[in-house]
Amino acid sequence: MPGELLRFATAGSVDDGKSTLIGRLLYDSKSLFIDQLASVEQVSRDRGDDYTDLALLTDGLRAEREQGITIDVAYRYFATPRRKFIIADTPGHIQYTRNMVTGASTADVALILLDARRGITEQSRRHAFLATLLGVPHLVVCINKMDLVDFSESRFEEIREEFEEFATRLRVRDMTFIPISALLGDNVVTRSENTPWYDGSPLLSHLERLHVASDRNFIDVRFPVQYVVRPQSFEVIDYRGYAGTVASGVLKRGDRVLALPSGLESTIASIDTADGPVEEAFAPMAVTITLEDDIDISRGDMLCRPANAPSVIQDLDGQICWMDETASFTAGRKYALKHTTRWTRVLVKALEYRIDVNTLHRDEEATELKLNEIGRVQLRSTQPLFVDSYVENRHTGAFILVDESTNRTVAAGMIGRMPGGH
Amino acid sequence: MTMLPHGLSQLRSLEAESIHIFREVAAEMQKPCLLFSGGKDSITMLHIARKAFAPARIPFPVMHVDTGLNFPSILAYRDRWIERLGLKLVVASVEDAMRRGLVREEPNGSRNRIQTPVLLEAAEQHGFDALFGGGRRDEEKARAKERVFSFRDEFGQWDPKNQRPEIWSLYNGRVFPGQSIRVFPLSNWTELDVWTYIRDEQIEIPDLYLAAEREVVERGGMLYAVSPFIVPRDGETVQVRRVRYRTVGDANLTAAVESDADTIDKIVAEIATVRITERGATRGDDKVSEAAMEDRKKEGYF
Repeated sequence: MPGELLRFATAGSVDDGKSTLIGRLLYDSKSLFIDQLASVEQVSRDRGDDYTDLALLTDGLRAEREQGITIDVAYRYFATPRRKFIIADTPGHIQYTRNMVTGASTADVALILLDARRGITEQSRRHAFLATLLGVPHLVVCINKMDLVDFSESRFEEIREEFEEFATRLRVRDMTFIPISALLGDNVVTRSENTPWYDGSPLLSHLERLHVASDRNFIDVRFPVQYVVRPQSFEVIDYRGYAGTVASGVLKRGDRVLALPSGLESTIASIDTADGPVEEAFAPMAVTITLEDDIDISRGDMLCRPANAPSVIQDLDGQICWMDETASFTAGRKYALKHTTRWTRVLVKALEYRIDVNTLHRDEEATELKLNEIGRVQLRSTQPLFVDSYVENRHTGAFILVDESTNRTVAAGMIGRMPGGH
Repeated sequence: MTMLPHGLSQLRSLEAESIHIFREVAAEMQKPCLLFSGGKDSITMLHIARKAFAPARIPFPVMHVDTGLNFPSILAYRDRWIERLGLKLVVASVEDAMRRGLVREEPNGSRNRIQTPVLLEAAEQHGFDALFGGGRRDEEKARAKERVFSFRDEFGQWDPKNQRPEIWSLYNGRVFPGQSIRVFPLSNWTELDVWTYIRDEQIEIPDLYLAAEREVVERGGMLYAVSPFIVPRDGETVQVRRVRYRTVGDANLTAAVESDADTIDKIVAEIATVRITERGATRGDDKVSEAAMEDRKKEGYF
């Protein structure tokens, strides 16, 4: 019986051996198809490569091949008897912070690749910073190309210590270091005989056994109402259900709930699915809730517990990653904002500072954010939002900004700590 | 449900994600429509759409782009589903469009490319601003980078460089008049996920997917079942082989694969071990070039 889905994000450039590592995971888990492999072998042969370049598997579009760049996040899938994996594969160059943020936003694990010869680079610091900014709960640091440093334990320990030192400045919940050779397969799928001093698991077993359900928030009930189900039929009369995806917490039949923004309370009469009612619902289940009282609730509202409600605010303080190349972010501008299932408009009150993603230095003189820049901002919204800090809740702490003149998604935002504790 | 106290099995997680996508589109877009081909992916899509809105009906119509080259059993199958779910069906006919001169038959007989203008015309006539498609990212290289909400311009065209970042599950379906989005609720499903789900949910599928003794001819290394669309040519010998279809496209270009899988359980077991992609195995039209799919998508294909 396959277990839970695991989503992981990889970041790195070709030099780090990222594509080779992905190719090996796909190949060794038999997720690579022979026609895909044949087409890659053909291209490699035509180019006169010495060996089949597994990196070719990961550059998909002709536009990319022609320009020798990777435009975008590519999603790949593989499964072992233990679980199914979704890889968000993102290119690592500095100009692709946008893609890394996208890939990391839904990831349970971030895989960071380091070249054992070069150790920690500016790029690997940036990857670690972005992964923790996006709240990825597990960091796996693969120290690759161990074959090129004679599988030296002291080199591995040296890099590990340096990385741990740097990571004290980040909010890392769980971090693992694995010495690997993606090219030769050491510690990728099977334990390597070349690293007798390493007593941890190979990468794949580590990913298979990682417990991710405990990363979810089962405490704070947050149910953003997505859609109101009202059948217009003679078979089902007077049904009014609130459909949505549980963001966090556990909802049970009979629970008292508070509806926001109305502030009215009711009791859960049923938790419905097309396969029949269920006793309880938790993230990421998609269900339809009916209440015992007829209160006015619509899309964009939120159900929570009376004694545990999110903050209801109009002044947002948070960090954003700017993702648009056609315009920059400045104080005084207005944007559409989407938070859970609610759209509102916001005014930019202030850009507090811009963060240098390589040094973590805060530039308080900054007056704008350009593509791939990250900053701390103050926004004022036209309607109240029901939020938690992003650290507490990756669903109710997240928002996007949309430029109403182009409809482009221009920023990803993470809400900071609430005044008064949260 | 799995052994974990509050864990969801991978298929339930994928299903929940797809339901979320359907509801998001129904809530935010003016006029969505679901593209139905009678293939396993569109069947799975329709099955999940029903779940998303139950006990209400699916709040949007279904469109079939009819190339005129359908396997006959597929049409009957389509009509049964539409009736069972009480849906409105829009048929966009490629043959009708050929008679009107909108499109012309291509020399190789494939109507895969020419169905695009027909689809776009019907979408425009009905004012659909969101079209659900059964595309999956594991199918093909150009699809691996496709968004769940794929933005299309006034010409229905896909520009890989002008797609919106998709962060968390905060989808942005905002469009100006004339523009639209294609939505792929099964983006994160694999072929094996689809079959495992069909088995677990006991979804009825067209019998073309099941192995049976069929009369076939071998053409370009692939096996084609003899039908009004596949007439044996000089030098081709008709043989009886045990075959099934891994994809269901146009009857004149979809090849069958040798298989003993005559039940869904056996199909799941077969797919779990098969080492060739479904398109590589069965589609004459995807082999044209490395970038065939990418080019078709730019023209407005799914």
